[in-house]
Amino acid sequence: MTSNRVFFNTSSRKARCARRFLQSLLRIRQRRPGSLSSEEVRQRSRRIKMAAYSSMACTVGSRRAWSRAIIFRLQSRAGRHGRMRRRCLGVKKKPSREMSQADRLRDLVPGGEALDFCNLLEETAHYIKCLSSQVEIMKSIADIYCRS
Amino acid sequence: MSSRRSRSRQPGVSRISDDQIADLVSKLQQLIPEIRNRRSDKQVSASKVLQETCNYIRNLHREVDDLSDRLSALLASTDTDSDQAAIIRSLLM
Repeated sequence: MTSNRVFFNTSSRKARCARRFLQSLLRIRQRRPGSLSSEEVRQRSRRIKMAAYSSMACTVGSRRAWSRAIIFRLQSRAGRHGRMRRRCLGVKKKPSREMSQADRLRDLVPGGEALDFCNLLEETAHYIKCLSSQVEIMKSIADIYCRS
Repeated sequence: MSSRRSRSRQPGVSRISDDQIADLVSKLQQLIPEIRNRRSDKQVSASKVLQETCNYIRNLHREVDDLSDRLSALLASTDTDSDQAAIIRSLLM
């Protein structure tokens, strides 16, 4: 429990991200508190996923290509149903036999399509760090909800 | 001068050295638990690092999906938000 307190109390990037995500989570819960229909649970799950990527990207801001790509995707979908997809709609999926390793990576890292190999590796490293810390944040929150 | 690297999107604009790429690949290597925990002496090939990176990112995406489902179910099962919100707020302050 003390580790959780330390983790949330610092003003590190992770703490800021956690705070932002938590605020979105509470907002999502307030929209339809305690609804049990499976379709609504699924819809809420999609909103939570969107909130996760959004808080991750907004904490980093425009400093990184991947965060810019996510923010842009979320903004351009805001007019439509606001569904967050992992892959950018514009990218055509090539059959995997033809794809090089670098292209597979470009497909996975947001904004990767426009990057040269060197920048792609840098963006990937940063993306992995932020993504894994987002996963830790979500696990901590899920544990808190489970416990209480 | 031949530099071995995969297809660059901007040929002729940037001459990326092999050292730079090897550097970045080893930096990536440190971040991937699969490779980090294996602790082998021999050098992991760049191709292997990229492959494991792709797998790791896919796993992380899947974890985010699963955790979103789990959180959604947890949110649905709580009726009073007062005590939980208080707990979380106390952690944030």
